[in-house]
Amino acid sequence: MTTLNVDSSNVRVKVKAPVSPLAKRSAIAGWLMLAPWLLLFITFTVWPLFMAAGLAGSQTFGPKATTPVGFGNFRNLLADPLFLVACKNTILYTLGSLFIQLPLALGLALLLNRPDIRARAFFRLVIFSPALVGAAFSAMMFAVILEKRTGLLNLILNRLFGWDVQFPWLQEHILPSLIIASLWQWTGFNMVYFLAALQNVRQDLLEAARLDGAGPIRRFMLVTLPAIKPVGGFVVLLSVIGSMQLFELPYIMLSSSGGPENRGLTVVMYLYQQGFEAGDLGYASAIGWVLAVFLMMLALVQRKVSGDSEVQT
Amino acid sequence: MNTRISRILQSGVTHAGLVFVSVVFLVPFLWLIATSFKTNSDVAESVLLPVGDGLFGVAWDRLNLDGYRKLFNESPIWSGMIASAFLASVTAVCATLLSSMAGYALAKLRFRGHKLALGLVMAAVIIPGPLLLAPGFVVLHKMGLLDSYWALILPAAAPAFGVFLFRQAAIGAVPDTLLEAARIDGCGEVRMFFMVALPLLRPMVGAFMLITFLGVWTNFIGPQVVLQTPGKFPLAVVVAQLRGTYYQEYAMMMAGTLMSVLPVLILFLMLQREFISGLTSGAVKG
Repeated sequence: MTTLNVDSSNVRVKVKAPVSPLAKRSAIAGWLMLAPWLLLFITFTVWPLFMAAGLAGSQTFGPKATTPVGFGNFRNLLADPLFLVACKNTILYTLGSLFIQLPLALGLALLLNRPDIRARAFFRLVIFSPALVGAAFSAMMFAVILEKRTGLLNLILNRLFGWDVQFPWLQEHILPSLIIASLWQWTGFNMVYFLAALQNVRQDLLEAARLDGAGPIRRFMLVTLPAIKPVGGFVVLLSVIGSMQLFELPYIMLSSSGGPENRGLTVVMYLYQQGFEAGDLGYASAIGWVLAVFLMMLALVQRKVSGDSEVQT
Repeated sequence: MNTRISRILQSGVTHAGLVFVSVVFLVPFLWLIATSFKTNSDVAESVLLPVGDGLFGVAWDRLNLDGYRKLFNESPIWSGMIASAFLASVTAVCATLLSSMAGYALAKLRFRGHKLALGLVMAAVIIPGPLLLAPGFVVLHKMGLLDSYWALILPAAAPAFGVFLFRQAAIGAVPDTLLEAARIDGCGEVRMFFMVALPLLRPMVGAFMLITFLGVWTNFIGPQVVLQTPGKFPLAVVVAQLRGTYYQEYAMMMAGTLMSVLPVLILFLMLQREFISGLTSGAVKG
């Protein structure tokens, strides 16, 4: 950031003397090139954002009928049992994917990063490929894979370990179902990030630590982990942001509902139901703000923890 | 000698583990293909292909195309494919063009308000999409854009994240000296972007186009909220509606899913290097 400032002031000093039209030309061109993006951005992001502030303070029925309610929406949210269930489900799912998926992704990345691995590109491709499927489509797949009598998972577990073919994944164990489906879909995606991060680990340091008698675990803790920490923080943040916005997977898998006893209801699904099924766009906006504030706080914490290394240039 | 044996053993175990993991990740795909050709009763009876006395012990004659026939005759899958292909490619091109121009301008040109615009981009990167869902709907309603493709293309054509990525790429890949030289030769600023900067940004252009394409292709909530006419639905919505409430036609559901997933998988296989480098560049550079 600072170096950039110095640069620009230098240029300005140089330009000020005889070639001033050049700076003017650059300014016009700059706005010209920014304009198309800025126009759409203001219309479809900034304007809705301001509107979201107003909406959150009103009760609506569809886009036309509104009544102001002040902070009523937020007060109602705190006492709304369905919203609290949605928060609980979403947070449990997020923790599940954080503590199961990310260690697995890191472990696979460490394995794939070993120099003696053959067909590395093939393994990476296979493990990454579910990330291309898209949540709506993987929801369709897992709606059948996790079916009671006909589903792939129960059938395979039954053949291998005599598991109960009638095990009710989608009828009772919805949270584990969601975690399994997203494990298949996103582990490889996170692995690719960790693999990229592992390229920052200095081989000479690892070798030196090995010569000094440090075992594999100590080498990992002292050399590898500090080197991948910045990207690791980014991956954790990305994973939490993605998980907290879970919608398509349960919505489609559970046939457009939160499932039995709303065990698959998530925050964004509740936002969708309130806004577009019940028609209260104000209440939906209030839910959106709660989510946004929560995620922004997390992003701030992550920036503090990882020393602002990603966002700056 | 001893260390060599243990090293070979270790490498063998690692490879075996990776093969096992790959099989676990591949099986749902193989099952998806197999299920799209099976009858409902065979889905329950066999894991992948139905067992019988045909070649390799598989009952090939019990596989059929009924799922595909139903899919193409009874659901708007064709119009879904056309809609998805149209929306994804138009949005990818527009979003890449607009954000590369804006990102380059913020990286390489100095103008009044430059700081403000940059701050706007940085703030916008962390706004979660669902917050804009309800107010975005009101804005689209006010502009009379509901139930049209514009409502999906225009908002997606101005991603803050794209500007952020292209600004970083331009800082790294476009040298100021080159721009100075072109300026002295009398090259106009906009022309300079297309002739000098854009070729240097090519890797990011490819990656960002792919990422945007994939994002639009798999987007469900956007079209679900904005579109009302079934004939306009893209694949994600069409396929999600293949799920019956009481009776499930597994073959048809999986045929539809396969038809939606396959084009993207093929595209990715052809362009995978650019894709992966693009995905990780936001995290690793900087």
